[in-house]
Amino acid sequence: RGQLAALSIAAVVIIVGVPLWWRTTETYRAWLPVSQIQELADLQLQLSADVEVVFARGTVTPEQQKKIPLTLTKDEEHIIDTTSLRYRYEIRYRTATIMEEDALNQPTAAEADLSLHTLSESPCGSLVIYIIPDSSQLLPEKTDVSIGQRRTAVLRVGAQVKVGKTLEQLLTHLEPRIQQVLQVMSFSHTDVTAALSDRVRLSPGSRESIADSMRTFKSSPYEITFSLLNPDPKSHRLHWDIEGAVERYIQPLLSKLAPVANFSIDSQNLYYAMLGVNPRFDSNRNAYTLNADSLAHVINPVEARLSNAASSNPVLNFLLYVPDVNHSPLFIHNHNKQEVPSNAFHSPRWGGIMVYNVNGFYGPDATFPIDINIDMAKVMGVFLAQLLLLGVQSSPLPFGFLVAPCNSFGLADWELDRLMWSRTVENVATATTTITSLAQLLDQIGNIVINDNIAQEVSSAVTALQLAIAELEVGNLGLALQYSKEAILASEKAFFDPSLLHLLYFPDDQKFAIYIPLFLPMCVPIFLSLLKILSEFRQRRKQKQAKKD
Amino acid sequence: MAARSYCSPALLVILCSLSLLIVIHAQATTPTPSSPNLSADTKAETPKAAPGTAVEQDKQWEPTDLKETTPEKDAAVPAESAPPPGTTASSTGPHQKEDFQEELVIRPLHSGDIYASFQFRTLWETDFMKGKKVSHYRLFPKSLGQVISKFSVRELHISFTQGYWRTMQWGQPFLPAPPGAELWVWFQDTVTDVDGTWKELTNVLSGIFCASLNFIDSTNTVQPSASFKPLGIGNVTDHRFLRYATLPREIVCTENLTPWKKLLPCGSKAGLAVLMKSEKLFHSSFHSEAVHIRPVCGDPQCKAMSWELRQTLDVVFDLHTSGQGKREWSLFKMFARTLTDACPLASTSKIYVDITDNPEVSTPLLSQAVVLGDRRTFSVYDLTQASTFGTMRTFNLQIKWKRDMLRPLLHAERYVAGYGLQTGEIHTLMYNQHPYRSFPVLLLDSVPWYLRLYVHTLTVTSKSKDNKPSYIHYQPSKDRIRPHLLEMLVQLPPNSVTEVTVQFERALLKWTEYTPDPNHGFYVGSSVVSALVPSIVAMDTNNTQGRPLFSSFFPTKEESSFFIRVYTEPLLVNLPTPDFSMPYNVICLTCTVVAVGYGSLYNLLTRNFQIEEPSPGLAKRIANVIRKMRGVPPL
Repeated sequence: RGQLAALSIAAVVIIVGVPLWWRTTETYRAWLPVSQIQELADLQLQLSADVEVVFARGTVTPEQQKKIPLTLTKDEEHIIDTTSLRYRYEIRYRTATIMEEDALNQPTAAEADLSLHTLSESPCGSLVIYIIPDSSQLLPEKTDVSIGQRRTAVLRVGAQVKVGKTLEQLLTHLEPRIQQVLQVMSFSHTDVTAALSDRVRLSPGSRESIADSMRTFKSSPYEITFSLLNPDPKSHRLHWDIEGAVERYIQPLLSKLAPVANFSIDSQNLYYAMLGVNPRFDSNRNAYTLNADSLAHVINPVEARLSNAASSNPVLNFLLYVPDVNHSPLFIHNHNKQEVPSNAFHSPRWGGIMVYNVNGFYGPDATFPIDINIDMAKVMGVFLAQLLLLGVQSSPLPFGFLVAPCNSFGLADWELDRLMWSRTVENVATATTTITSLAQLLDQIGNIVINDNIAQEVSSAVTALQLAIAELEVGNLGLALQYSKEAILASEKAFFDPSLLHLLYFPDDQKFAIYIPLFLPMCVPIFLSLLKILSEFRQRRKQKQAKKD
Repeated sequence: MAARSYCSPALLVILCSLSLLIVIHAQATTPTPSSPNLSADTKAETPKAAPGTAVEQDKQWEPTDLKETTPEKDAAVPAESAPPPGTTASSTGPHQKEDFQEELVIRPLHSGDIYASFQFRTLWETDFMKGKKVSHYRLFPKSLGQVISKFSVRELHISFTQGYWRTMQWGQPFLPAPPGAELWVWFQDTVTDVDGTWKELTNVLSGIFCASLNFIDSTNTVQPSASFKPLGIGNVTDHRFLRYATLPREIVCTENLTPWKKLLPCGSKAGLAVLMKSEKLFHSSFHSEAVHIRPVCGDPQCKAMSWELRQTLDVVFDLHTSGQGKREWSLFKMFARTLTDACPLASTSKIYVDITDNPEVSTPLLSQAVVLGDRRTFSVYDLTQASTFGTMRTFNLQIKWKRDMLRPLLHAERYVAGYGLQTGEIHTLMYNQHPYRSFPVLLLDSVPWYLRLYVHTLTVTSKSKDNKPSYIHYQPSKDRIRPHLLEMLVQLPPNSVTEVTVQFERALLKWTEYTPDPNHGFYVGSSVVSALVPSIVAMDTNNTQGRPLFSSFFPTKEESSFFIRVYTEPLLVNLPTPDFSMPYNVICLTCTVVAVGYGSLYNLLTRNFQIEEPSPGLAKRIANVIRKMRGVPPL
């Protein structure tokens, strides 16, 4: 009877007590799509671009023309670390329509570009390449390829392939040129690798090679701050028409860049802002100089006053530094001890500084303070160039390429496409890293409470990521960028959620210190009596066996 | 017996689960490591385990090479419309008017201390309110401008004060401020979520001023209905858009002064701000720095709107004790610096020295002004004039005391009475020292929720007679959500003391809500007494030049009275504090008791009990042994 009581107590403790203890002490952890996140850890990206190759009259023979239209798919595969990349170009060959022929007969490439643009509105991320005969007057003497302001390129076919060859031969001949055009106007492997730098561990050697692409904007939204540094307000009273200059020079470019990143612009004047380095006097030139090596230290004292209080968005700073009377003129020297013609320098993802010497505006016997109007066209020319350098990477052009001069927006459609390609890939890469590292963290530390809102953000990030990858595969660049932005927003929100910090953390020794006084005295009798019951049971069985025998 | 053994498992289960509950409860109340405010700060620092971040950190400075890009850019630039560069002063363009003024008022106090009050005023003819985005800053600091436009602030007043202004000895301060930090903000009526905006704003301001303003939350924020009217233009009276909070515990030091100085156009490089050396400023009896932003009239007809930023710094130096009993002072003695020039950006830069009490030290420039109901004479030093510096590198003035200080017409004090740790009583005393006029005052009290006010015990007495307030606004507290707010309009009879008392009960806090062991106690913010005090001399209602800047802060509407605000001392209250080593002791003790009880019960249930022959006693046994030896049969 005593055994029965001991057994029932043990049973109650195990059936009721343990689950009760378990349920009341567990932390709330919402469900996360772990398997999908693990799938994202090994990323398989496929970038597809639609390319149309249009043959103008005189580039294909009639028998070649019979096989046109024709669609070919070109695949390229790369594997970097855990990421497999596949580039797919869907190339459609067709002959030109009459209207396009007319357009190609325009006298200059720029006009042809414009009229071709009005004929067809090509979607984001796609390209049209027109093949024109050798005899065409459209392109200047030495150039073979002209890239327009939109998404079109004109390619002159060499003289040696005019007749007597099959279409396949023609296409194989054209292939390298088309490939070059695609590399310039669409994504290239180096761009994509650079964009993946968040995911992929790069060797030090390749780090150098992607330094150029690292200059580009990382995420949106951005804040652009123009600061006028006047270290000597006693002598110089500086006036700059920053409102007008921004309206005229910067705003068109930014509205063009709007799909990639949001920008807000502000400006300020900083007085008594000193540089961190004392410029050296160069008696040969009767001027002060700043060396390229010391540029990194120049901004340190100013940096404290550039901070942006009201938002945590990344800031691009453009500083206009007017040297004080005792240190002007001031010139910047590059690594070869040569004067830099723009007198400006920049740093990736930080911004740029331009030194603006004003000592030429007054003679030695001027009375201070002097009112000085700053030539905003000159300043903005430099800042705009720096902004483009920081924002839009350009790959070196192969020989024989001609790029149409930029229009008033400062940025061609295909340049924007390039930006969008790498931005999408980068967003996808960053979001996947964030999500996987978050999942890893939550997996490792079991005490973190996962609230429903975090789970929701994570799953929406995962869905957006999957959608973005799918859209990239299909070639819908605009949608892919949209989804990748959503993914990055949701993933960052989940990662930086303050509720994750509310960690109910108990060291194990403290836990045991609290549990032992209760559990030890309670469990020992139960355990011992269970042992006793077991041994008695065994003994009885032995006795029974003995009786049977 | 059998029945008992079957029902006892159930009893044990109850015991079991009870003890489990104790354990669980102990776990649930273990401190959560951070409050939401703190986590907002640490958020940015959370390391992100992303590979390759080191690559991004590499900054590469390189000269900008424009060879490829400039020609194109030049083509794009419509050069003819650009303004010609050069030294032409006329074509400065349609800039918004901005004006910067600085002044220092030095007033020897009756007690022998020196009161130095800096004022820096930036006026900017612009409009943050009409939805137009303001983003180009010249003299106005960008950080504050961004705050105003981002959070749609109409008025912002923030002050950090170390020490308590002794009204009875020092008279009225030019700009009153309570000890600790005070923040009050009027939002524009376009703001929908005022509480959310307020929360964000305090976090941003705490970043700008390096102060713990992020501890402002709903438990110490109130919406006074009458005491804090907007000081700028615009008659907004809907106090839903007003938030007021104080942090009486805030300690003000160098880290608050540095960002404050950074907001000045000249920084601390030129002008009066050169004098602000923190080791001297904080070696003083009273130190208060403030920032006031409000919209004001841009022109006398009030057609255009300007934004005014006032930065003020008030210090009271105790030179009497540190100066070997000699009553003399100089800029160098006070600030360990002398002035060399005015800030080149300032339109006026003046030092006013109050010489009402010793008129023999006077300069050619004199200025008469009615300040806080008293006619004062100032000698003025204009720093923008070069001639000033010939004589004024340092100036030592012998101070003589001629007449008694005008007694402050209104002052107030407050203390906690009562004994024990359960109940208490708050006494607020308001002194009307005017010989023959009575005037009404607005008293604002914001008391934290852990002091439970008994409003039915509220009594207002003056001259030992009951004085019924003509207006009472009371908002009861909610535990852990909002504080008590008590506002009332009381008429103060002439030459009298009015006493407001209210009893309270101290609440027991949750154990995580207590401050760490070495603490002062719990602070209760100052109460605020705002009043239109009848003036003995006529006030200037028109805003003429030549007066010190500070006098234009509170708008004077009539000649016969002037507005002052008086802050009382903050209160320090002790709450009943338990011994915090107890929880673990309690856990151990309960566990032991439960385990002992359980153990005996368990034994009772599972052991078999048999009746055993009682064993023979010791004497009997010895007798038996002897009998055995003798060979006699045992007993």
